[in-house]
Amino acid sequence: MAATQEEIVEGLAEIVNEIAGIPVEDVQLDKSFTDDLDVDSLSMVEVVVAAEERFDVKIPDEDVKNLKTVGDATDYILKHQA
Amino acid sequence: MAKIKPSKGAPYARILGVGGYRPTRVVPNEVILEKIDSSDEWIRSRSGIESRHWAGSEETVAAMSVEAAGKAIANAGIDASRVGAVVVSTVSHFAQTPAIATSIADQLGTEKAAAFDISAGCAGFGYGLTLAKGMVVEGSAEYVVVIGVERLSDLTDLEDRATAFLFGDGAGAVVVGPATEPAIGPTVWGSEGDKSDIIKQTVPWDRFHVGDVDELPLDSEGNIKFPAITQEGQAVFRWAVFEMAKVAQQALDAAGITSEDLDVFIPHQANVRIIDSMVKTLKLPEHVTVARDIRTTGNTSAASIPLAMERLLATGEAKSGDTALVIGFGAGLVYAATVVTLP
Ligand SMILES: CC(C)(COP(=O)(O)OP(=O)(O)OC[C@H]1O[C@@H](n2cnc3c(N)ncnc32)[C@H](O)[C@@H]1OP(=O)(O)O)[C@@H](O)C(=O)NCCC(=O)NCCS
Repeated sequence: MAATQEEIVEGLAEIVNEIAGIPVEDVQLDKSFTDDLDVDSLSMVEVVVAAEERFDVKIPDEDVKNLKTVGDATDYILKHQA
Repeated sequence: MAKIKPSKGAPYARILGVGGYRPTRVVPNEVILEKIDSSDEWIRSRSGIESRHWAGSEETVAAMSVEAAGKAIANAGIDASRVGAVVVSTVSHFAQTPAIATSIADQLGTEKAAAFDISAGCAGFGYGLTLAKGMVVEGSAEYVVVIGVERLSDLTDLEDRATAFLFGDGAGAVVVGPATEPAIGPTVWGSEGDKSDIIKQTVPWDRFHVGDVDELPLDSEGNIKFPAITQEGQAVFRWAVFEMAKVAQQALDAAGITSEDLDVFIPHQANVRIIDSMVKTLKLPEHVTVARDIRTTGNTSAASIPLAMERLLATGEAKSGDTALVIGFGAGLVYAATVVTLP
């Protein structure tokens, strides 16, 4: 079953918490991964890999660069989830 | 039909000794920063590397190998004359013919040991170890020397931000010989040639023909650039953290143990961030010692695992008889993982 926007943000929050140690409540749609959430380019790869597993999507390397905010990632997953 | 006598090997094989050689010149990040726009902080946080060793002109692939393998043979407590084969894994020996292994075997004092080079990038140690185990158990050699050796500084483009800080030089070696109990587990290994482009040499040697030189890349001073290793860093990182943790787990399963049984984890020293991620994914317990030799050694490809093994044993962080998971992965892409008892 496809995840809702709310479920995706919740899932991303758990992933970011696990990888970068950021409190889940800080992970909001408008937050930038690098500037606000302490997720650097390599942690971002880990976030993407975890999100792929969790939401059954493929996020190729060339698309990862465009996912600047939690909102960007959420939209991407909403659109591409199987 | 004539009856062929079968060969007779040892029941099992084990690593009996380890040795390493690190070039005398230590190169801190400051030196790397002379040629690229970066910072010590960035390099440390993205790779864990603080310094690496670069080989001088006397510290050739052969010279470093002989030093490392000599120590491994002494550590194993055997005479070099009993070494039946020498396997050298390297990508930075710049003569295609002959193999560098023959001259190393000679300088080590072996008696006409079989000697050959293999090309398996950063998985070279695991590939060599697997061959060695096979030879000992099958009976074609009583003792086998496996060497991983690189002068990656010769293959580094110091103006390339993505790789200039990454690579180092050195040699690591082990002696594999007979054992009465299993001490090298089944190898989980393979290749993914559909990704052969994500780590590669910038320019193949045959492009250096007279006539083709106009097409060769130039450095900032207009000189033709020697080939270098280039990579798609993010793609490599993704593959390493995602796929290699699975391979490491398969090697544990194949050996019939769990991470609880493990004392030491010695992954290829590619990037401390890859190492940390694997430790997390594998859920390695606190008691497992993790090699992070990359901090002061950089990525030395095939040499990284035996160099890290030697250092952990020398500092007392690991001890003889410990159970260690080793995994190498890199250009090819290729990988090899197995569980070993430390010498
Ligand atoms: C090499 C590696 C550390 C680069 O990290 P990365 O996050 O992939 O780097 P990117 O090229 O995506 O760049 C990320 C950011 O850092 C910057 N950057 C790149 N190289 C930099 C450097 N040397 N110094 C400072 N900043 C650098 C980029 O400009 C980019 O900034 P931006 O986001 O503002 O545009 C990393 O990809 C890696 O280690 N991969 C695995 C490689 C490996 O282990 N290979 C051997 C396998 S055997």
